[in-house]
Amino acid sequence: MAISLKVNGATRSVEAEPDTPLLYVLRNDFELNGAKFGCGLSQCGACTVLVNGVATRSCSMPISQVGSAEVTTLEGLGTLAKPHPLQKAFIDEQAAQCGYCANGMIMTAAELLKRTPRPSDQDVRAALAGNLCRCGTHNRIVRAVLRAAQANGRT
Amino acid sequence: MNALTRRNFAAGLGGIVLSFSLAPRLAPAQERPRLPGSLDTNRMLDAWIRVGADGKVTVFTGKVELGQGIVTALAQIAAEELDVPLAQVIMVPADTGRTPNEGQTAGSQSVENSGTALRLAGAEVRAILLELAAKRFGVAVEALKVADGVITAPDGRKVNYGELAGEANLKREATAQVKAKPPVQHTIVGKPVDRLDIPAKMTGGAAFVQDLRLPGMLHGRVARPPRYGSKLESVDEAKIKAIPGVVAVVRDGSFLGVVAEREEQAIKAVTALSASAKWTAGPELPDPARLYQQLMTLKTQDKVISEKDASLPAGAKVVEATYHRPYQAHAAIAPSCAVAQVQDGKLTAWTHSQGVYPLRATLARALRMQPASIRCIHMEGAGCYGHNGADDVALDAALLARASNGRPVRVQWMRAEEFMWEPFGPAMTMQAKAALGNGRIVDWSYDVWSQSHNMRPGDPDGINLLSSWYLAEPHPPGPARQAPQPNGAGDRNAIPLYDLPRHKITHHLITEMPVRTSALRTLGAYANVFAIESFMDELAAAAGIDPIEFRLAHIKDARERAVIEAVAKAASWKPGEKGDGVRGRGIGYAKYKTTATYNAVIVEVEIDRASGKVRVPRAWTSVDAGLIINPDGLTNQIEGGIVQSTSWTLHEQVQFDRNGILSRDWKSYPILSIAEAPKVETVLINQPNQRSLGAGEASQGPTVAAIANAIANATGKRLRELPFTPERVKAALG
Repeated sequence: MAISLKVNGATRSVEAEPDTPLLYVLRNDFELNGAKFGCGLSQCGACTVLVNGVATRSCSMPISQVGSAEVTTLEGLGTLAKPHPLQKAFIDEQAAQCGYCANGMIMTAAELLKRTPRPSDQDVRAALAGNLCRCGTHNRIVRAVLRAAQANGRT
Repeated sequence: MNALTRRNFAAGLGGIVLSFSLAPRLAPAQERPRLPGSLDTNRMLDAWIRVGADGKVTVFTGKVELGQGIVTALAQIAAEELDVPLAQVIMVPADTGRTPNEGQTAGSQSVENSGTALRLAGAEVRAILLELAAKRFGVAVEALKVADGVITAPDGRKVNYGELAGEANLKREATAQVKAKPPVQHTIVGKPVDRLDIPAKMTGGAAFVQDLRLPGMLHGRVARPPRYGSKLESVDEAKIKAIPGVVAVVRDGSFLGVVAEREEQAIKAVTALSASAKWTAGPELPDPARLYQQLMTLKTQDKVISEKDASLPAGAKVVEATYHRPYQAHAAIAPSCAVAQVQDGKLTAWTHSQGVYPLRATLARALRMQPASIRCIHMEGAGCYGHNGADDVALDAALLARASNGRPVRVQWMRAEEFMWEPFGPAMTMQAKAALGNGRIVDWSYDVWSQSHNMRPGDPDGINLLSSWYLAEPHPPGPARQAPQPNGAGDRNAIPLYDLPRHKITHHLITEMPVRTSALRTLGAYANVFAIESFMDELAAAAGIDPIEFRLAHIKDARERAVIEAVAKAASWKPGEKGDGVRGRGIGYAKYKTTATYNAVIVEVEIDRASGKVRVPRAWTSVDAGLIINPDGLTNQIEGGIVQSTSWTLHEQVQFDRNGILSRDWKSYPILSIAEAPKVETVLINQPNQRSLGAGEASQGPTVAAIANAIANATGKRLRELPFTPERVKAALG
C-alpha cells in the first residue's frame, strides 16, 4: 500500500507494507545514504534520524507509525556545500576512522544541541553513550560536538 | 573521492575492463633487479600512475581504505613526488579490473609497500615529464622548475603536465633509479592533511558498499545453520517462494538463501526460511568453563621460534605466570555486505574485502569459474579490524546472483549472523617463566598456544569462504599454517626485544578449529604483549625495581629507550609510584610485530572496589613510526587503538556454549561506550631519516598491558585472564 512520509521538508510516497522499518524506505526508496543499518535492534544508533526533532532509531520504527511527523535525515541537516555546524565540526575535527557511525553521532548530537546549546564534555559523553563507535574515535567525536556547540554560540 | 561516484559504479556494469600494462612475465625473476616495495611485483609505471590531458593524475593502488586513512596517505605520497596539488590527484583503490595486485591490505604494510612503490613511481614519472619539457624548451633538465604540476623554464616559458601527457610514455618498467625527495623538501607528506573520504561520510554521500544501488538490484539473505558443521535435512521451499516479493530460493547442499525485490521482504523471507529449515546438530563446541585446558589438549604444531643459551647463575629467583585471552570478535559496526551481478557468464562483485585479488582467485575456485571471468571491485565497508565476513558475503552474493537472471543482488548480513559466523580472534594461553639474578633476567622461557590467525581467502589448499563449506560439493577450508618470524602470527611479538641472554620461546599452533578463527587486528601481538609486559612488571616487582627502570635495564637500542622515556616524561611518571587501592598507573611497551612502530602507553585506572568495575580515565602514549606521512592520521590510529584495546580488555569475550555462539548482539557482546573512553595524550617522535613504519596496530598490545599493570599497581592484585570484567576484578580483590 502507498504510505506518505514527510522527509527533509518534502512529502514523498512509498509502496511498502506498513510494518516496513523506516530505515529501509529512507535508504532504498528515497535513496538517502545518511541513516545506516548497524544492528536492526535499536542498540547501536547508526540508523538515527530526527522524528519531529527527536533522535529516533529508524531501524525499529515502522513507517505506519511515522504518520505526519517530520523526518529529518543527515542529508536534511546540511549539505557538502552548506554543512550544518555539526557536519562542519566533524570534518574539521576529522572525527572519523571508518565514519559508519558518524550519522548516528551527528543526529543524536543535533538533538542534544537543540536541548542543551552549550553542553559540557560530560553532557556530550552521556548523550552519545548509546551510540556505538568501533574504531575508537570516541574522543574526536566528543571534541567535534563541543566544537559545533561553540560555533553555534558565535552565530 | 571520485571512485565512489555513481558514474564509476556504473562503469563496472558492462564488465568494462580498462586496459593497463601488466608486468611482463617473460624474463625469469632472477634476471630482473629487485625493485622496492610493491614495484617489484607490479613493475609498469602506468600500472601506478597516469597523467590526463587535463593535468589530473590518476593514482592506482592495490591497497584499500579500511577506516585507517590509507588512501589519503598514499595520495599525499604521490602528490609529493609528482609536485602536484593533492586536489589534482584521483585515487583508484583496489579493483581487479584496474589496479595492481598488492594482495591483502593488512599487517600495517600499506605505507611500506604501496607507499614505497608510489614514491618511486611518482619520482620517475616526474622525471619523464621534466625530460620532455627540457626537450621542448631546449634547456637542461636541471634548469627547470616545477610546482603544482606546471614546469617553468629559466626564461619564463611554462608547460603543464596535461600538455605533456600525450608524449609521456609510461608504458615501461619502473627503474626505481630516480631518487625520491629528501624529507626536508616535503610540503604535503608529513602534514596533517584532511582525509579525502570524510566530507561525503558526514553529509550522506555514497561512501560505502552498503550505499551502492544498481538499477534492478535485488536483496538477498542467507539462512544459516544453528552451529558450525550442521547439515540441512529439509526445508519447505515452495512455502517460501509464495512470500510476497520473493524472486528465488537458492539451495545448494546446505547453503540456503533467498532473493527478494525489497530488503524487508528478503528479511521476512529468510526468517520464514530459517523457521522451516531442519538441520543436523553438528559437532559440539568446547566447554567454555574449561576452554583453555581443552584447547591445550588439541593437536598442535610446535616450533621453537627463538632460543639462546648462556650459563645460569646459581641462586636465581624463579617467577612463573600463565595468562589467557578469550575469543574476541571484530564486531564491525556494519554487518558485512556485498553486491554481485552475473551476466553473460561473468561475475562482478563489489566488496569491502581486504584483498580483491585473493578474493577473486578464491571465488573462482569456489564457483568453478575462471579468474578472468570475475572482477572484484573494492568499496568501503565499516571499519575493518582484520578478517571479518567481507569475503564470505561476497560469495553469498555471487551464489544468489547466479539465480537472479542477470540482476544485481545486494546481501547484507544481519547483526546476529555477523557475530555468529565471522572468524574470531583466537583464544590463547601464554605461559611465562623467568629467573632473576641481581635485578636482571637471567633466564626466560615462554610458550604460547593459539589457533590460526590467518584463515583468509588465498590459501592454495583450501577455500576459506564460509558458504563454500556448505555447498553440495563442499570445498574444505585450508589448513592452519605457521607464519614465519620476525612478524609471526599467533607468535607475533612473542619474542621480546629485551636483552635476554638465555631464553627459549615456543609457539604451539593449534591446528584444529573448534571455533572459527582468523586475523583480528594485531594477530597474536595483543595477547603476547599483554603476557610479556604483565610479566615484566611481575618480575620488576619481584626484583623490587621500578617497572620502567627495569625495562630500560634490559634495552640497549636508542629508539626503543627514547619511546619509553618519552611516555614516562609525558605522564610525569615517578619511579616507584604506587597506587592507593583505587587509582593506579601502569606501562606497556612494544615494537609492533618486532619490525614496525615503536609504541609505549601509560594508563591510569580507577577501580570501583564495590562493583569491581574498572575505568580508564586517562592514557599517555609515545610513538615512533619513522618518517611520519600524516601526523593527524597517525595520532588517530594510535589513539583509536588505545580506545579499542581498552574495549577488548575491559569488556570483550565471545560467549558460547556447547551448542553454539551466544554472542549475537551488542548486549551479549558489549563494547566500550563513548562515556567510558580514556582521554589520550599523544607524543609523536618524527624520524625524518628513517623509513615509515606501519602504525595501524601498534597501540593495542601496549594498552592491554598498561591496564593490567595499572590494576596491579592500584590494588596489588594481578589479573591474568582477559577481559577484566567486574566479576573477575571483584573476585581478585576478595
